[in-house]
Order: sequence, then C-alpha cells, then structure tokens
Amino acid sequence: MDGIGQGPRVAFTIPIFGGIEITETIVIGWLIIVAVFLLCRFLTRNLEKVPTKKRQIIAEMFVGFVNNTVITTMGKKWKHYAPYIATLLVYAVLGALVSLLGLRSMTADFNVPLTWALMTFVLITYYKIKSGGVLGYLKGYASPVFVMLPLNILSEIATPLSMAFRMFGNISGGAVITALIYGALGALSRLCHLAFEFGGLGLNIMQLFIPAVLSIYFDLFSGCIQAYIFATLTMVYVSSAAEEEPETSN
Amino acid sequence: MLTEKAFVLGCSAIGAGLAMIAGIGPGIGEGYAVGKTIESIARQPEAKGDCTRTMFIGVAMAESTGIYAFVVALILMFANPFIGKL
Repeated sequence: MDGIGQGPRVAFTIPIFGGIEITETIVIGWLIIVAVFLLCRFLTRNLEKVPTKKRQIIAEMFVGFVNNTVITTMGKKWKHYAPYIATLLVYAVLGALVSLLGLRSMTADFNVPLTWALMTFVLITYYKIKSGGVLGYLKGYASPVFVMLPLNILSEIATPLSMAFRMFGNISGGAVITALIYGALGALSRLCHLAFEFGGLGLNIMQLFIPAVLSIYFDLFSGCIQAYIFATLTMVYVSSAAEEEPETSN
Repeated sequence: MLTEKAFVLGCSAIGAGLAMIAGIGPGIGEGYAVGKTIESIARQPEAKGDCTRTMFIGVAMAESTGIYAFVVALILMFANPFIGKL
C-alpha cells in the first residue's frame, strides 16, 4: 500500500535560493525530451524523396496523421499548428507510457497537465483578443446580459481546469486502481495460501498476470486516448476562440 | 473507545465511497453516446472515422463529472483536510 496517492518523490535538490527541489516528474520529463530528440534524429536521418527505409515511412505516417487531424479539426489555414499539436501529443503519450517502464507517469503529477491547460488558456485568450479586440473580449464576459458576468468568468476558468483534471484524473486514477487491486490480490493469495517466500523475496501467485491485463487498459489505452483528447480539445477551443474573426480580414 | 481521529477517518472513508456514486452519471451518459455512435456507424459505415472521433471528445466531456468525484475521493483518502482541523 506504500506509495499510493503520494505525490512525486523529490529526486534531488539544487542548493541555490534556499534549495530548489527537483521532483521525479521533471527528471522524467527531461528524459523524455532527450529520448524524443534522439528518436527524431534517428527517424529523419538520410531522408529520401522516395522512401525506402522503414523509419522514414514511420516518420511520414506520424507527420501525415497529425497534419490530417489538424486540417480536419481546425481547417486548412491552421496548418501551422501541426507542430505544436504533435509536440503535445508525443509528450503526453510518452509521459503516460513511461509507467510501463516502472517509472512514475509524468501526467500523474497535476502540475504537468495544469501547465499544458494553462498554455491552451493563454492561446484561447490571445485569439479571442486578436479577433475581437480588448474591448470586445471584455464585452464577451457581459454577454448576453450583464447579470451573466460571474457565470462567464467561472466558465472561462473551468475550461483549463477541467482539461487538466481530466488528464490527471484518468492517469493517476489508473495508477491508484492498479495499485489497490495489486494490494488486494496479494492479500487474497495470502488468504488462499498461494503466497510463497524464497529467502527475502515474496511471490504471490495471483499478482502475476491479472494486473498486466488491467495495465493494457489503464496505461496503454487510457494514456493514448487522453493524449489524443487533450490535443483535440486544444484544437477545438483555439479554433473556436478565433472563429468570431471578421470575414474581411482574410 | 472511539477516538476523534478514528471517527473522522471513518467518516472520510464513507464520504470517499459516497463521492464515487457520481460514477453512475458518466457511465450512463457514455454508454448512451457509444450506443448512438454505433447506431450511426451501422447506418453509415463510411462515416466511421468522423463518428468515432466526435464520440471520443463527447465521452471525454461526459467523463468530467466522474473525474471531479474521483478527485474529491482521492483528496478524502490521501490528503484528508479534516484531520488537520481536529
């Protein structure tokens, strides 16, 4: 039962400004950044006009997938958003999937999805101000009538918060449920006399395969789907914030 | 003899359990959404990609309330705010 519901451990402390604590999340995040950098270098080495190598086909498939998604969700003139969305997607998927390596999921730390959601919030606000001007943006809070002001402010804050909570809740919820079931299976196999001990190592028969099945759903499926949903919601919110753009500007 | 702390802890555990009743709502809603999506895919198989994509977004939206309940339950279980008030 140890470690369930605990925050990320502090990996080390930088001894300036009274000690800045560097958590596991930051270390894993930088590991992922390095891994993605090396992967990109590997996949895009010696590009050819007509691809013959497998790795170039894989890279082209991924780029094509992101481009297609951005164009179908946001429209053709938003194609320059594809790199941002691809970054978000790769970082979120790998951040959730590191749990397969026994590390702590990066997105199980609430700070990470909250940061991404705040980035989306800044983008939404920027496009709202850009399309309607500062006055139009402020006016939007008091529409349709002035009485709606508190509700509008609340819904504006709720957008990034619910995005962040959705991602955090899904990933850390999977981790908590897996850990709880793991503990329960251990207790159950001790109850059925299926627990053995070799020296210092314990072996509970029921803990062997059942958590792996759950891991397919909670780690693989949930991690990928949540990353996809986060990216899609970002696209939808940003493009709908800029939609009130006057037609004459194009 | 029931101590104050034990009482608060027990009540928090019950509260965490009760909070997860909220899982009923998203469950029904998501099931309904998926059912309708399958219906529409059966009617128009060529629109499968669009239907599935839209369904995932809708399901993610419907899930929000369940996630909020889950966060409340997590707080009650692991970061109990009531213990500090004793």
